[in-house]
Amino acid sequence: MNASLLLSTALAAPEGGGSGFDIGKMMAIIIAAIFVNNFVLSRFLGICPFLGVSKQLDSAIGMGAAVIFVMTLATLGSWAVYHLLLVPMDLAYLKTIAFILIIASLVQFVEMILQKFSPALYRALGIFLPLITTNCAILGVAVLNINEKYSLGYSLVNAIAAGIGFTLALILMAGLRQRLEMADVPPAMKGKPVAFLIAGVMSIAFFGFAGLGG
Amino acid sequence: MSLAKDLSNGIYRENPVFKLALGMCPFLAVTTSVENALGMGAAATFVLVCSNFLVSLFRNLIPSKVRIPCYIVIIATFVTLVDMVMNAYLPDLHKSLGIFIPLIVVNCIILGRAEGFANRNPVLSSLADGIGMGAGFTLAMVILASFRELLGNGTWLNMSVLGQSYSSQPLLIAILSPGAFILLAFILGFFNVLENRKGGGR
Repeated sequence: MNASLLLSTALAAPEGGGSGFDIGKMMAIIIAAIFVNNFVLSRFLGICPFLGVSKQLDSAIGMGAAVIFVMTLATLGSWAVYHLLLVPMDLAYLKTIAFILIIASLVQFVEMILQKFSPALYRALGIFLPLITTNCAILGVAVLNINEKYSLGYSLVNAIAAGIGFTLALILMAGLRQRLEMADVPPAMKGKPVAFLIAGVMSIAFFGFAGLGG
Repeated sequence: MSLAKDLSNGIYRENPVFKLALGMCPFLAVTTSVENALGMGAAATFVLVCSNFLVSLFRNLIPSKVRIPCYIVIIATFVTLVDMVMNAYLPDLHKSLGIFIPLIVVNCIILGRAEGFANRNPVLSSLADGIGMGAGFTLAMVILASFRELLGNGTWLNMSVLGQSYSSQPLLIAILSPGAFILLAFILGFFNVLENRKGGGR
């Protein structure tokens, strides 16, 4: 693919996506992805890492950063493959297989690059990277962008905002769970049940954003 | 004997949702009605049985270094199949399950069983394990969906149960996203109580 074709496809939004770049729509996408339709609390994507990695604030921040990073790259990759390869060749029905392969190889690739060029960052994010392949939020955002017929710009904005929303929920949860260790929880509710209860209360709180933008 | 054990294992003793806490995302998202839960359960069970069968059939042929990508391709193939069949014959269900059909690919239950069971067991017991795990997943979803649909809509499988007066003013939160988290918390708490009882009696 040559660069000019890539650029023109990127700028011309697919049908229904509106033309060019609209700041108002962009803000609406950002607010919807972070608050109104928060990936974890309202769309139920990425629950496994949300519960698994939210015990410590440090690891929550590391996981959040890794997710934002991979999500953005995966969106770029899946958008390019879908619009430049699958659609022209009439293979759109292969998108699930194509996207999961892109994400899996991307994670492997990022892991190798980080290990080689930034060992410090690799040590910080390393253990989270393999987990990300099976994080449904990554595949979820790639599929959502295609379903919503976003242009490349909107897709990237949506991916970054979704990653920030995920990180926000993860960090809030980690802060609450650190305090919970001091709390006197009934024995039957210890561990996962009380974590879900907190997530439920947080989800109610996020309903307060429902009138915003979205 | 052991085939029956493989079959029943997933339903209660190693129930993927309640005991192993796998596959939480579709579990929480599609349990807004019993109908959706059954549809999702059927789709996931089909993929689970087929992928267990193929993985077990090829377990000696797939090099262990590239086994995870191979499993993912096998699973994604069946998910695409389910996606297309459901879109053609059950368009309403397909629409209400939406994004969670393609997301069956990253359902940890399916990859977990491929890696943890089908990888080193013969074809027949892998099939039994797939059916059992799928049934356990479906059962868990139907339990949560029953609570949510009953409280949030006054119906069960679209049949009115609690009457018109309840349905006009239901406990709406049960169907909305917080309801899923809160009800699941209490169901897990209930299983913890059962476990603790059993542990105390021993």
